[in-house]
Amino acid sequence: MIIKNKTVVADDWCILRLNEQDAPDRVSVPAGKIIVPLKVWQAQRDTLKARAWLGVWLDSSERAEDLQADIAKFQVIAVDFPRFADGRGYSIAYHLRNRLNYVGELRAIGEVLRDQMFYLQRVGFDAFVPRTDKDIHDVLKGLSDFSETYQASVDQKVPLFRRVHRGASI
Amino acid sequence: MYRYDQFDHQMVAERVAQFRDQVRRRLSDELTEDEFRVLRLQNGLYMQIHAYMLRIAVPYGLLSAAQMRMFAHIARKYDRDYGHFTTRQNIQFNWIKLPDAPDILADLATVEMHATQTSGNCIRNITCDEFAGVAKDEIVDPRPYAEILRQWSTFHPEFAYLPRKFKFSMTGAATDRAAIALHDVGLQVVKNAQGEVGFRVLVGGGLGRTPVIGTEICAFVPWQHAITYLESIVRVYNEHGRRDNMYKARIKILVKEIGIEAFRQQVEEDWKFTKDGPCTLTVEELARVAACFTAPAYETLADTDVAGAHPGNTAFANWLQRNVKPHKMPGYAAVVLSLKKPGMAPGDATAQQMEAAAELAERYSFGELRITHEQNLVLADVKQADLFALWQVATELDMATPNIGLLTDIICCPGGDFCSLANARSIPLAKAIAACFDNFDFLHDIGEIDLNISGCVNACAHHHIGHIGILGVDKDGEEWYQVSVGGAQGNHSAIGKIIGKSFRFGQIPEVIVRLLQVYVDERFDGERFIDTVRRLGYEPFKAYVYATPVEDDAELAGPVYDLLKQGTPYDLPYYSPRF
Repeated sequence: MIIKNKTVVADDWCILRLNEQDAPDRVSVPAGKIIVPLKVWQAQRDTLKARAWLGVWLDSSERAEDLQADIAKFQVIAVDFPRFADGRGYSIAYHLRNRLNYVGELRAIGEVLRDQMFYLQRVGFDAFVPRTDKDIHDVLKGLSDFSETYQASVDQKVPLFRRVHRGASI
Repeated sequence: MYRYDQFDHQMVAERVAQFRDQVRRRLSDELTEDEFRVLRLQNGLYMQIHAYMLRIAVPYGLLSAAQMRMFAHIARKYDRDYGHFTTRQNIQFNWIKLPDAPDILADLATVEMHATQTSGNCIRNITCDEFAGVAKDEIVDPRPYAEILRQWSTFHPEFAYLPRKFKFSMTGAATDRAAIALHDVGLQVVKNAQGEVGFRVLVGGGLGRTPVIGTEICAFVPWQHAITYLESIVRVYNEHGRRDNMYKARIKILVKEIGIEAFRQQVEEDWKFTKDGPCTLTVEELARVAACFTAPAYETLADTDVAGAHPGNTAFANWLQRNVKPHKMPGYAAVVLSLKKPGMAPGDATAQQMEAAAELAERYSFGELRITHEQNLVLADVKQADLFALWQVATELDMATPNIGLLTDIICCPGGDFCSLANARSIPLAKAIAACFDNFDFLHDIGEIDLNISGCVNACAHHHIGHIGILGVDKDGEEWYQVSVGGAQGNHSAIGKIIGKSFRFGQIPEVIVRLLQVYVDERFDGERFIDTVRRLGYEPFKAYVYATPVEDDAELAGPVYDLLKQGTPYDLPYYSPRF
């Protein structure tokens, strides 16, 4: 089960993670709905691009720009959070949405926890795979911590000061 | 000052609810301490030696009398009747219990305050010139911009998990009183030749383990583009700042490693995507916020000879000379209430002092106060005619020590008495020094001098930019004190130079005596200590200090306790019995 569009839904995508002995250019990519590491996509692009269903995932040290030429190819792009406190994934998501204009599913994977959900959603993630020891319904609650925001991001392209009439003091 | 509207109130209320639930989940072990730590830090809650410490944000150091009274309330209800004002213009309470923290935040919300982002690897409270809006040398009042940036940076979704903490500082005056060159980003609000307002932006300054003076990344960013430009700086840092080593994770290391040219290029590359977009500031928004910072209802007055009206009152004259600062309006003055009375921990105020300061603000200064990065309080808009009455009350409150800018106006971190990072006892050392030099004539003769004492390399007391800087260092489990001279804040910021091998606690006052002796022997008429150091270099100071052995005054050092080893039981009363 994953969280998608603010509800808990079934999911049939698999994430391919490389073991130490796996080489990106030789690892066998199973058939079906599979989300491959960026390095595997780059190494096996010629064969993988023929697939009807394909996703790719970025490590937090990788760059959204590396997908620039291929962005329309994927039904899913995922960003890995090796630790929840590694904030690079937030800027990766921002770039995918705002610079590369990616409109498909953007999925947060790795250490995805309730208390980061609100910000993750704001920078453009619309699908979440919570860490497996956490209750997914509890994690879902994190999406509604705040009902208003000051600054623009992916979910809200216009900052508060341009959207509403801000009053004087109460 | 800025007042919350419904949106500010709503977000702060939701933040309190969010944190209340996080605390509940921590107490029920649904959250591990590792998961919770980051969340509590972003709500200002540290774990220290004795208890939790709560750091409350005072945006750009400005607060109302009602807010100051709330600090007194928190001190009484949740702490031990006192609080500690910090070098980042915030306040810290040292004896907080975790289950109380959400209630404290809820109390703060009633006076439009919070503790959001006062710690953690995120954008922290933006500090500002403590005389903003009243300084004679001000070019542009920076407070509306500081408030706009406060809102932009609060709950910023992309920048909550940066490689390390991120500090902005801002000034709008000719004289930098906000140490802008020593912050991750320093902003000087300026006007260009056409009279348009913009920001001179410095990047990559900082103290800590690797002190660096910030570098100019842009000479003039028009104010409309402040948010987008600064967002690009933080974004480039978020992507490229080092995360493999926390001691190399600040933006200063990134800027040094890739060079300012490459860094600037990356920022401008990123900025292309957002410049002139919806985050561009509007005239309407600036006007809305600026309307909160209009001048109070000043009376039309003339400057008067305040000292002359009280001939022979040298105590009052001394206070006027040291603690009263010029004001842009004739007949008014800005008053610094000293929190540096010898015998008190620098920057500490009791609940009673806080309430009294609030009362003074209401009576004499339009109900507002400021906190300085030198850990004193300011009443910014006092009629000169009220100065004598104010001085009398402040004297009774122990807040009129005439030592602002002098040797005993010591900038000091909480140190080993509270902080689990400290190698040394900053507060007891500050007290010992203040006691040794508690003589106004001597202090006045020595004149302006910044003495900063940090208990560890994190440099909370900015020891690198003290004219004399003292740093607690750990050598094989023992506390030692490293001394530097020649550091400076302001327009001629400089990093101090370490004079030689470290000293024992009980040697430090004698070391200071010797440094001052060189100054007194060598100075020209009217020359400040820092200027003599600059003229002569640090060698004569070093030579004299180390010329003969420095006696270690064991009595001065006081009882030794095991730093870092154990806390004091929480139920002991009042101040830490460690000092």
